Amino acid sequence: MSSVASNQSNKPYEPLEYSTEDGRLRILGFWIFLGAEIVLFSCLFATYLVVHSHTAGGPTSKELYDVKEFMIETFLLLISSFTCGLGTHELRRHNAKGIIIWLIITLLLGLGFIYMEVNEFVKYATEEGATVGRSAFLSGFFVLVGTHGAHVSLGILWMTSIIIQLAKRGVTAVTARKVFIVGLYWHFLDVVWIFIFTAVYLTGMVL
Amino acid sequence: MMNENVEQHNAHGGFPWKHVIGLILSLALTLIALWIVVSYSFSTTFTLASIIILAIFQALIQLLFFMHLNESKSRVWQIIAIGFGFFTAATVVVGSLWIMAYSL
Repeated sequence: MSSVASNQSNKPYEPLEYSTEDGRLRILGFWIFLGAEIVLFSCLFATYLVVHSHTAGGPTSKELYDVKEFMIETFLLLISSFTCGLGTHELRRHNAKGIIIWLIITLLLGLGFIYMEVNEFVKYATEEGATVGRSAFLSGFFVLVGTHGAHVSLGILWMTSIIIQLAKRGVTAVTARKVFIVGLYWHFLDVVWIFIFTAVYLTGMVL
Repeated sequence: MMNENVEQHNAHGGFPWKHVIGLILSLALTLIALWIVVSYSFSTTFTLASIIILAIFQALIQLLFFMHLNESKSRVWQIIAIGFGFFTAATVVVGSLWIMAYSL
């Protein structure tokens, strides 16, 4: 017990994903990528907000958005961010099985989110005549929300491949870094969704 | 040596309080934002300002509770990268709205 204590005081606890310089630098690189992603999304947000009132006689945001639907989407993504965080928590315990279970739950929630979003888009297009070419507002809407949805879809494919790799190789310095980075990506998509929830859906109910 | 490592990791990996608190806070902030909007009992300015502030807090919860922003030895650079991203994003969004408000 005393040896553990002295070990801790000499060498501070360091998670496996930061244990090699390569892993630490790749994680830093991914943060820089996320910074660039924020800027990419900010351009889409700016476009959407500027053209929000330009509906060209077509459906407006107040007519389109359905509180129940976008709240379900929001909760699916919020909870998936939590379960993905539990995956990282299990990663810190070097428990490959635990990571895989939480990542699969995350994937299912992500698939539920995509299912809801595709349904929403199809409903807008078929029942409300709200297609991407109908008005500037709808172009801005579909490009912004669609780009986020495309990111989530890519995240699902990416996370699936990480789960397969983890099942084959177990928790190593390399797979730990990969699990951590795909987690960062997933949480980041939730951050973007928070702003879509606020700037698109909630604001669309007010203005 | 191996055993010591495992013990050390278990000591750091008990019940995931940080994540549970993060989840509860983010659900609470989401519901407060929704309530402010659907109650229709506040002015438009107050409603918009408060949901934007709530969203910023939500983003911080994700970054600090779930994404472990400040754990790496390179934490300073991570914070600079993400902070500069948010600064540029705010400039693009606020600047576009400000300029286009005078376009009519």
